[in-house]
Amino acid sequence: MSVSTQTIRHEYLRHNKKFPHVWCPGCGNGIVMAALLRAIYRMELSKDEVVLASGIGCSGRMPTYLDFNTLHTTHGRALTFATGVKLANPALNVVVVMGDGDATAIGGNHFIHAARRNLNLTAIIINNSIYGMTGGQYSPTTPFGARSTTSVYGHIEQAFSIAELAVTAGASFVARSTVYHAELLDTLIEQAMHKQGFAVVEVISNCHVQYGRRNQLGGAVDMLKSYKENAITVARAAQLTAEQLEGKTTIGVLTDRQLPVSTEEYEKIRLRAEQS
Amino acid sequence: MMPETPSKRQLLQGNEAIAHGALAAGCRFFAGYPITPASEISEELATLMPRSGGTFIQMEDEIASMGAIIGASLAGVKAMTATSGPGFSLIQENLGYACAAEVPCVVVNVMRGGPSTGLATSPAQGDVQMARWGTHGDHPIIVLAVSTVSDCFTTTIKAFNLSEQFRVPVIILSDEIVAHTRECVELPAPEEVYIINRIRPSVPPEWYKPYEGDSRGIPAMASFGDGYRHHITGLVHDDHGFPTENPGEILNFHQRLTQKITRGFPEIMMTRSYRLEDAEVAIIAYGSVARSAMRAVEEARQQGIRAGLLQLITLFPFPRSHVTPVLKQCRAVLVPEMNMGQISREVQRVNQSFCTVVKHNRVDGQVITPDELSTRLIKM
Ligand SMILES: Cc1ncc(C[n+]2csc(CCOP(=O)(O)OP(=O)(O)O)c2C)c(N)n1
Ligand code: SF4
Repeated sequence: MSVSTQTIRHEYLRHNKKFPHVWCPGCGNGIVMAALLRAIYRMELSKDEVVLASGIGCSGRMPTYLDFNTLHTTHGRALTFATGVKLANPALNVVVVMGDGDATAIGGNHFIHAARRNLNLTAIIINNSIYGMTGGQYSPTTPFGARSTTSVYGHIEQAFSIAELAVTAGASFVARSTVYHAELLDTLIEQAMHKQGFAVVEVISNCHVQYGRRNQLGGAVDMLKSYKENAITVARAAQLTAEQLEGKTTIGVLTDRQLPVSTEEYEKIRLRAEQS
Repeated sequence: MMPETPSKRQLLQGNEAIAHGALAAGCRFFAGYPITPASEISEELATLMPRSGGTFIQMEDEIASMGAIIGASLAGVKAMTATSGPGFSLIQENLGYACAAEVPCVVVNVMRGGPSTGLATSPAQGDVQMARWGTHGDHPIIVLAVSTVSDCFTTTIKAFNLSEQFRVPVIILSDEIVAHTRECVELPAPEEVYIINRIRPSVPPEWYKPYEGDSRGIPAMASFGDGYRHHITGLVHDDHGFPTENPGEILNFHQRLTQKITRGFPEIMMTRSYRLEDAEVAIIAYGSVARSAMRAVEEARQQGIRAGLLQLITLFPFPRSHVTPVLKQCRAVLVPEMNMGQISREVQRVNQSFCTVVKHNRVDGQVITPDELSTRLIKM
């Protein structure tokens, strides 16, 4: 692609927003934001037809900075607001950005039902394994044994695999990337936005400030390096045993299937209702 | 059926009349979660919405229903949800969001016995103060009460109009009796229905400030997708809609939220007077209790007591300017409620020793009968 990310950023960042942003230097959220912008740029969408919704958390601040129709909702509820927006105006391209706590703790019920309901929405979940904004408490994706401000002696619960949860709950498209694999991320987000149906992209991301630091994972660069080392493609993962996959992060498209999309199904309901 | 043809009489239940009122007001999005005694509103709209080009959706819980109606309203479609006590507790988080972000929408609470799961099929009025103060933080809200099936239709239209006009959520409090009573109502033809729609921005997009109030403090509202890209948040925000921690901007935010409602008092506050002209004793009532009260007034009059009724349609902002003259005029005022005394607190608050305010409370899941009220009136 000939156009630089810099140019794209200037196209989509809000000039009237009082910067600086709230994110720590090196935070993975910025990488996800740039990937989203590159995907939108490639899709040649007009800014007016994009709605970017988010919940509450560091990740939740993303829409504030971007020049779309933006909606910063309540913690965990972004998908419910997005459902209303999409059903009220199906022509809009609705993308929802959430944190791991946002999407799978407080918003877990909304998440699985959004997947099952299969509206034409794109959900990007920035999984940094921690509650970043509130100061590093454990989240549903904090690994067993990890330290957080509320698991100071080591975490005793198992972590969710967000992408697999989405597959099981019935999403039409599910993919995973890490913030190291930025180009893959662009493509996955673009594919997700093109997909007719509920599309989920889980992004493994670094919160070196609240998570990395407490778990001796180093700074942002060290965490990105570890994503590079531990990532494994879906195709390769299929050939490995569960034991061999231990500690690995599977990246790529996990599911891409055709299911009835409820936005379109409702159109049929309208016809049926008019005839009855 | 939607009133597509000239006005017609229909035998409807209160809940059904709310559904018809919503459609007549232009509501084209409904999200709900089943709960007794409100479910018929969902069922009716699941049938009627698609026929009217609107959308019905059953969400995974009431938190989600409230989120969805806010989203729909932001996309430019009038939206409503309906629930009862336990669900009303769940909607509070996003209801507060709608107040902060000034998103028009209507929430129906068909009250049943509480607290908690309470008495699912019994009438009650226990959620009155909750409707006013249920969310966290400080902000005004509009709360209306219905007492007849006909009220259910007209007050729902009124609720949408106020919500659109003032950019504030409006709560309709119904109760199990009103919800399930069947009465014949006259549904007007669509062109006879007075409808208010939110003001749209008239400036070019680059000039648009989504939270700059007009002379009455109400900002013009653009919909997502119509070219006025802007930011909506539940954080305290400036005129541009962006989060702020500037004390001056925070103060502006709060003052405007409050003042837009205060300035609207004359339009928002609605009551009905019945035989108050020469009354020496009066009942102040709302909801289904107002019907028993009207009958009690008749019975008391037959006994030679000069009794009257002030029926509150608007519960909040509390219609002080309508209540005070009654307190000044009467020797004593009776406030019957199916709770332990929630509107009587308001009446007592505005009663500056003008008269005696007597509470009459019933929380045993039974209705307040005309007899028990006329007996009290006669002794007052
Ligand atoms: C109902 C509610 N409970 C708690 C909070 C406090 N809170 C704000 S952000 C957050 C968690 C953020 O973690 P995550 O969703 O993983 O996002 P991140 O900050 O890591 O991007 C919490 C618990 C809230 N805002 N609302
Ligand atoms: S606390 Fe963590 S998630 Fe939040 S901005 Fe900082 S690095 Fe990013």
